[in-house]
Amino acid sequence: MSETTTTRPAARMSWASSLRSSLGSRLRRTPRWAQFLLMVALALFCYLLPLLEPPVISTPGTDFGAVLFTVSIYVLVAVGLNIVVGYAGLLDLGYVGFYAIGAYTVGVLTSHHATWPWLLSLPAALVVTMISGVLLGWPTLRVRGDYLAIVTLGFGEIVRLTLINSEWLGDARGISSIPAPPSLPLFEIPHLDWSTGVPLVDFSDTTTFIEFGVTDPVPFYWLALTLVILVLLADKRIKNSRVGRSWEATREDEDAAELMGVPTFRFKLLAFALGAFVGGIAGSMFATRQTFINPESFTLLISILFLSAVVLGGQGNRWGAVIGAIVVAYLPERFRGFEQWRVLVFGIALMLLAIYRPQGLLPPRRTVRAQRMEEESQALEVGEADPDAELATAGPVARNPVDDAPVPPDEERSPRG
Amino acid sequence: MLLEVRDLSVNYGHIEAIRDISFDVPEGSVVTLIGANGAGKSTTLKTISGLRKVRTGSIVYDGQDLAKVSADRRVQMGISQAPEGRGIFPGMTVRENLEMGAYVRRNRSAAALAPDFERVLTLFPRLAERIKQPAGNLSGGEQQMVAIGRALMAQPRLLLLDEPSMGLAPKLIQQIFRIIEEINAQGTTVLLVEQNAAQALRRAHLAYLLETGEIVRSGTGSELAGDPAVRAAYLGGDV
Amino acid sequence: MHFQYVFDNFASLFIGGLVFGSVYALIALGYTMVYGVLQLINFAHSEVFMFGTFATVWALWLIGADATTMGVALVLSIAFAMVASMITSGGVALLLERVAYRPLLKRGAPRLIALISAIGASFVLSEAMGLRGAIASALGLSDTLGRYVARSRENLGMPTDRTTTVQFELFGYGVTNVNIIVVVSAVLMMVAADQFIRRTRTGRGIRAVAQDPETASLMGVNSTRVIQITFLIGGMLAGAAATLYMLHIGATRYNAGFLLGVKAFTAAVLGGIGNLRGALVGGLVLGVAEGLGAGLFGNEWRHVVAFVLLILILLFRPTGLLGESLGKARA
Repeated sequence: MSETTTTRPAARMSWASSLRSSLGSRLRRTPRWAQFLLMVALALFCYLLPLLEPPVISTPGTDFGAVLFTVSIYVLVAVGLNIVVGYAGLLDLGYVGFYAIGAYTVGVLTSHHATWPWLLSLPAALVVTMISGVLLGWPTLRVRGDYLAIVTLGFGEIVRLTLINSEWLGDARGISSIPAPPSLPLFEIPHLDWSTGVPLVDFSDTTTFIEFGVTDPVPFYWLALTLVILVLLADKRIKNSRVGRSWEATREDEDAAELMGVPTFRFKLLAFALGAFVGGIAGSMFATRQTFINPESFTLLISILFLSAVVLGGQGNRWGAVIGAIVVAYLPERFRGFEQWRVLVFGIALMLLAIYRPQGLLPPRRTVRAQRMEEESQALEVGEADPDAELATAGPVARNPVDDAPVPPDEERSPRG
Repeated sequence: MLLEVRDLSVNYGHIEAIRDISFDVPEGSVVTLIGANGAGKSTTLKTISGLRKVRTGSIVYDGQDLAKVSADRRVQMGISQAPEGRGIFPGMTVRENLEMGAYVRRNRSAAALAPDFERVLTLFPRLAERIKQPAGNLSGGEQQMVAIGRALMAQPRLLLLDEPSMGLAPKLIQQIFRIIEEINAQGTTVLLVEQNAAQALRRAHLAYLLETGEIVRSGTGSELAGDPAVRAAYLGGDV
Repeated sequence: MHFQYVFDNFASLFIGGLVFGSVYALIALGYTMVYGVLQLINFAHSEVFMFGTFATVWALWLIGADATTMGVALVLSIAFAMVASMITSGGVALLLERVAYRPLLKRGAPRLIALISAIGASFVLSEAMGLRGAIASALGLSDTLGRYVARSRENLGMPTDRTTTVQFELFGYGVTNVNIIVVVSAVLMMVAADQFIRRTRTGRGIRAVAQDPETASLMGVNSTRVIQITFLIGGMLAGAAATLYMLHIGATRYNAGFLLGVKAFTAAVLGGIGNLRGALVGGLVLGVAEGLGAGLFGNEWRHVVAFVLLILILLFRPTGLLGESLGKARA
């Protein structure tokens, strides 16, 4: 059935991706030091964002700093889930489970059953989530792609139901009075006030550098943003290493990768563990900022929101995941009053994406490259280019971009065995 | 002319599987497409059946352009294909497989199908013994018989046979080709795709040689069988 | 662990499990048929069921059936509600195929993309039900539709009388009329579906597409139509299951589909996905396992038992108890 019609995604290549590829190529042409400066400037801008409170972007009705914190948590989650879904091609519908385990470990260790200092609880939480990732992955990563999705969904629900039912974990009421990270108050920074239309420095509204209080979310945002930057740097290193290439090979064609000597299972497990690790970071940050947690915050819906962030942005591209997370977390906050429509809109968005743009808003560069190849080979097929070049391009490189989606093509193309 | 193929090009993925081929199948004849593995023979048959998309060119069956006709409609129009290899339904019995062949017929009552069953079981007596067995348990040759018999159950005007001799023992090959002649003698036009050029050319009224997606030789079966180039490349000298 | 409790109440846990299990089995048929034909997990099938539960209540409202309806009138009302539910669910399933699947299948999209589309469709369907009040008021129809769109996010109960009468005792457990109705109609419906697949021409077409779609179209089988019919039958069975569920449980909600859906999927996998008889076996086994598990660990762990069972099956016997495949079922 799949062979009777061939896809023509190239024809649907939208303005967004062409804009992106021209932007991308321009960025790659700029010298390294300029690229570095640009990134530093961007990071600085992100740090200053809650103080600047720029109009239009800033959220009316909700504390802008709190919204930025939520957004950065989603970014963390999306980058972590992108390792699992985007790089390794494993559809995980229970990612919220790791997020919950991270949050609950901090809660249990600092407040519910012990009084560990926060700084000590964080690494403990990360170790616990990573172990849980391995424990879940070890038996389950052997099952087929779509079965894995259902198994992970089951895992997420088991975690949530266990939280609800287990008195030791505070049952439905959850855990409260989770302590803040240690503060080091040095000086106060004023925010800007745009209420008159021009920016004025408002000394009555200040943030203490750096004091983690219940009232001011800005320091939490700074902490989360720092973690986002660290995770992104680590993600870049791993993606460009041998590990990243092994993931790519595994995702494209598991059997072929195995034949080339890639221990695919071990790499899938690594992706699961690293993904769980990042999810754990996000979960413990969430618990720390909230100071109380209960199972309500860890439903399947949250898992789906996480997943839609990754799919929306473009699986396999870390910046795509970042943008997807910003869209998923920020837009509903910016346009409050529409929250009740949020899930409906996400549902529609997922369907539209799957149908019209399965590669996401920012597809990874490889997909873009594959698309260009496809266009070239199409041009060749209708005889617009030099036919002598055909052998060079029409062979192994001209592939269908749909095949870049996670799951080795063999598995989905010949389901009948 | 029952089937006219004109300037047909078809892509397989992004590779051009066949390029600008044209050929004719006259009513009542046996026409064969021969060529090496990957020359585009099977793709040609699948395109005539509507399983592959035409990129350029046309297929005209009985005066009607098939461009906009779906695969299942083509079966109703009298084009029936026995697919290559094990193209049978492994979980159905032999009888059910044969009944599937009559899927598009208006009258599928046992009485209406009885003469066709008789015809098929006379051509392939082996199937009569296996009629209640799941087709998946049959040998390769028997499965091939099921596939051909099933195609006949549709009472086709044009029978497309994709490599009916593939993987069969020499004795069985002889038998299959004799049956093909018999089917043709009963009035069905046959378009036969074969790697076994010697057998195919001996029976064909018209023959076309496909090489990497293009028709490079055509003529009557005996003309091609006598062509030195064909002899060298496809007949191994022993006709 | 409450071994003594399980021991003392074995019959009631077992039979209660069978009743639930037959509802699971009916829903599981929808998963299993779509999987058999398309090799896709129809994630949104749970919402097809959920629409049926609402259709059941609305149909009863429509004909004015309430707690005072008794005897033959009650039976006829329920029968009418079941037909309405089957039509609604069948329609939703057809819509789902048209909107969420066909555009993808035409392009030969990978399975995971189809799963994501189905997840999206599932959210759209359940939220559309949960937001029906808001949607109606946006369209200015709130007054016209009245109670049909009121309190969209809350439970909706069966309007008819739900008192049950014990018909006979089985190992000390009083089997009620509703128990009998649920199990018998579920089994009858499954037998009908099974016969349809085995005996009819359309059923044979479905099996042919499940075994080899390309060869099936060489036989003149219109695969688009076969896929539609598969969704339609699955949807109608889910609709029937919805009415039985409402008889047994008595209330529904916009998000009631999810849990039932996961359980029915578990049942389908347990029996061997793609295998119609497997769905029946899987549903009953799951229902009983869940009932006994709930007795053993406490009712709050009921759902956990089902999820753990799902994971265990996928790990140790992914082809299920009876083995996979719709097509390979012998006639």
